[in-house]
Amino acid sequence: MAVNSETMTINMGPQHPSTHGVLQLILDLDGETVVNATPHIGFLHRGTEKLSEHRTYHQIIPLTDRLDYLAPMSNNIGYVLAVEKLLGITDEIPERAKVIRVLLGELTRMKSHLVWLACHALDIGAMTVFIYCFREREHIMDIYEKVSGARMTSNYFRVGGLADDFPEGLEQEIRDFAESMPGHVAEYEGLLTGNKIWQKRTMGVGKISAEAAIDIGLTGPSLRASGVDWDLRRDNPYSGYEDYDFDVPVSDECDTWARYHCRLEEMRQASRIMIQALDKLKPGPVLADCPQVCLPPKEDVVNSIEGLIHHFKIVTEGFKPEPGEIYQGVENPKGELGYYLVSDGSPMPLRMKIRPPSFVNLQALPQMVEGKLLADVIAVIGTLDIVLGEIDR
Amino acid sequence: MSDQAIVEKLQAKFSSAVLNVVEHRGETTVTVEKEQIVEIATFLRDECGYNFLCDLCGVDYLGQSPRFMVVYNLYNIAAKQRLRVKVPVEEQDANVDTVSVVWGTANWHERECWDLMGISFNDHPDLRRILMPADWEGHPLRKDYPVQGPDREPYQGRLS
Repeated sequence: MAVNSETMTINMGPQHPSTHGVLQLILDLDGETVVNATPHIGFLHRGTEKLSEHRTYHQIIPLTDRLDYLAPMSNNIGYVLAVEKLLGITDEIPERAKVIRVLLGELTRMKSHLVWLACHALDIGAMTVFIYCFREREHIMDIYEKVSGARMTSNYFRVGGLADDFPEGLEQEIRDFAESMPGHVAEYEGLLTGNKIWQKRTMGVGKISAEAAIDIGLTGPSLRASGVDWDLRRDNPYSGYEDYDFDVPVSDECDTWARYHCRLEEMRQASRIMIQALDKLKPGPVLADCPQVCLPPKEDVVNSIEGLIHHFKIVTEGFKPEPGEIYQGVENPKGELGYYLVSDGSPMPLRMKIRPPSFVNLQALPQMVEGKLLADVIAVIGTLDIVLGEIDR
Repeated sequence: MSDQAIVEKLQAKFSSAVLNVVEHRGETTVTVEKEQIVEIATFLRDECGYNFLCDLCGVDYLGQSPRFMVVYNLYNIAAKQRLRVKVPVEEQDANVDTVSVVWGTANWHERECWDLMGISFNDHPDLRRILMPADWEGHPLRKDYPVQGPDREPYQGRLS
């Protein structure tokens, strides 16, 4: 490159700590000002959609864990709801399973937002918050492990309900955690909100107007911080969200500061929903009474030939939804996660399209950083809360 | 406005272009001719309130004619309603006019559809591969593309 050229092209990523994975940005810089930003993605492409066309509906659930690996349970919820809608068994799901889905969905929202806050603050230079957030996240991972046996890839939800009921004593542990969370959020706020450097790095940075946000397809907290009051949990409720009392934080400031406040408030609301869910939680079945779809209880499989045959048929053949197509969107921590499923009457989907929120949100990055400073790129990547696992699928 | 009313409004305006209307599990799918997709998209956005394009993708119905469908999942933020619009695309003539002028978000979705399904979009501002490497050959989500990838033996390790 000539020394006197007006702009300089630099590579940011795919190995860069603040690109949150394998995102490559080609930046044209004029001094410290970004003239052009071009995201390059696909380094983590694993062909999830192609693979899912060769798996039975049950076998796809573990693939969905690996989309947004910071919020595995939310991905599972979206997928099982989509398949239940395709089968037409949405009304058959037992109450306990629905409540546990909401409970763990909100726990996952906290988990995802904790990683967002930790890394976002670390990128901008506030290192202490990272340790605080990961302390709480570790607790959530412990709960995950007790629920599903895995810390990250939970694979806990099943078409028709849950893989298993909660272990004994866990409800109290989750309640203690949910009640402690607003205090922890206040702690993070104490570290950041009054901090002059934090304010300067976030206020007025990465602005995007409501019209531009809708046009480019932003969803989730990033859209609500631009003043669009839209939350699928409230507007198109699923899994019984209509029975919960919660607020949807919205802000008109459209900047990184507003998105920070929206997400913090979402964590407080998540704690509120979790406590309501725990109050609703009554003993009962956790799997629907749909023998065509759900696996039989383990005791039947080991003690009776009919149970064994039933188990074998579902594991080897799967189930066959009638031909048709559906779209199910859920409010994931990062935005609207959508599954578009097409069935041709076979045990495997003809097509499964995943609408990952991060993929669409990342598309807004160039217009949010062009004409701004290089340092703001880091702040904007953090505030968009992208995860490359679901962008690349 | 109910889905029924939207469909009637659409039929009144574009009677010849609406090919088929299906309702399944409470969701309405309208199949329209691909020649008029931009006018229909603009009409749906401006007159019917579908201001948000959730998702755009291609579906490969190998063995049927037309082979492909391009699917637009729309959302109306004010009325909290969904609608699905599909256009049939022939294999020999696998291209559709871009709707990225109507909804900016279609830009990357259409790039993905081109990359993985091999349906090109006329007048698209930036039609490059997005997930696969730039020099990749073939379109992996087509049904005649092997799941294990080109030039490899099928994986034999699974029992089922």
